[in-house]
Amino acid sequence: MSIKTKVLTKSLWVFHAATSPCNNCDIEIIDVLTPRHDVERFGMVLVGSVRHADVLLVTGVPNYKTKERLKKLYSQVSQPCLVIAIGNCACGRMMFKESYNSPCAVDDIVPVSAYVPGCPPKPEAMIAAVVKLIDKLK
Amino acid sequence: MMAILNYLIFPGFLFSACIGLLAGWVDRKVTARIQYRVGPPWYQNFMDIAKLFTKEIIVPEGAKLTFLLAPFLGLLSSILVATILGKSLDINFSGFIGDLIVVLYLLTIPAIALIIGASSSQNPLASVGASREIKLVLAYELPFILSMITVIIKSGTVIQIGNILGHQFSAGSNIASFSGALAFVAVLFCVQAKLGFVPFDASEAEQEIMGGVLIEYSGMPLAIFKLTKAILLYTLPLFLIIMFMGKDVSPLFLIGKYILILVIIILIKNTNPRLRIDQALSFFWGPVTVIAAIALILAMLGL
Repeated sequence: MSIKTKVLTKSLWVFHAATSPCNNCDIEIIDVLTPRHDVERFGMVLVGSVRHADVLLVTGVPNYKTKERLKKLYSQVSQPCLVIAIGNCACGRMMFKESYNSPCAVDDIVPVSAYVPGCPPKPEAMIAAVVKLIDKLK
Repeated sequence: MMAILNYLIFPGFLFSACIGLLAGWVDRKVTARIQYRVGPPWYQNFMDIAKLFTKEIIVPEGAKLTFLLAPFLGLLSSILVATILGKSLDINFSGFIGDLIVVLYLLTIPAIALIIGASSSQNPLASVGASREIKLVLAYELPFILSMITVIIKSGTVIQIGNILGHQFSAGSNIASFSGALAFVAVLFCVQAKLGFVPFDASEAEQEIMGGVLIEYSGMPLAIFKLTKAILLYTLPLFLIIMFMGKDVSPLFLIGKYILILVIIILIKNTNPRLRIDQALSFFWGPVTVIAAIALILAMLGL
């Protein structure tokens, strides 16, 4: 493993990109950061600006408006940047697949590195996903 | 040659950056313990800086050259302050007349670098942050300078850091008098604002203006800003120790006093909500300036 990957995996800064979710996944993401699970132990912090981010957490089904926003967001991050799709909606659109306002899935817009299914996924599931992602990077 | 080594290694860049990043870890760890969390490991800030150096640097469209130069301006001046202060603790180093004035000027440059960088980045949220930073600088400089004048008068009107230390060595610490203690209280709030810590972090409020002045920075320039902040976290408490607690600056006492001031700053940070910029302004121009002015009058009366 190169030094570049090593320092990246030791300090993953997370940006929360909500593409019209129902807010359940967002609440579970906040759970990961709060004292119960405290991922700052592993150097993960939530950042305000997408320019500082190493990981995009995408929640929800993109619609015609948020699709463009997500594309723009991904073009603004400084590489290397990973994308994690949180929740059933972001993973495969589930019951919104045939919906009139759902043009495409998240992985049609940006390259997704990890999928976390669940409605909403448990905080433990998200931590497990990050651990698997770090193993994959190595 | 020696001067360059002093500037780059000890007590300049390398030393002050390492101490500053460790102090930044103390800050994160104490914050985590107060919030009943575990907190990051001790090398976390070093990892963050190393990671930022490996990331891509993005220059937004329409940004001026100053966007990339501003971080270095802040870093170079804060290293210079760290070097001057570190060398003035050396008993054989005499310094030059007026080095206190130079330090006072250099300490405002990191804030000015933030303002220049933010306003050349063409981002509306960054310009909101820059305007808040300008107001904050205007707010805290007045009580800061007043407190420093108090120290100068207490030390027999000398403007040389070595002489102020020497005066305290023979006549006792400045903080052990009424005027010194009041000036110390005033200057502690100013240091809090200079470091950009809560309750005076309106210029880079993560939750409302998404990082404010730092919003467009990525990769290496962001790392330089973080390093500047780390060096200031080492420099400003050291400056307070030299100005107010200079009676005994042997290494053990120095470390003890540094940790004491650091913990006070962290506790203020963790027990207060963020002030709006107008509240910060009226706080500094109201109570804090009054305290500093009373300290100045007491010092002139010889108390």
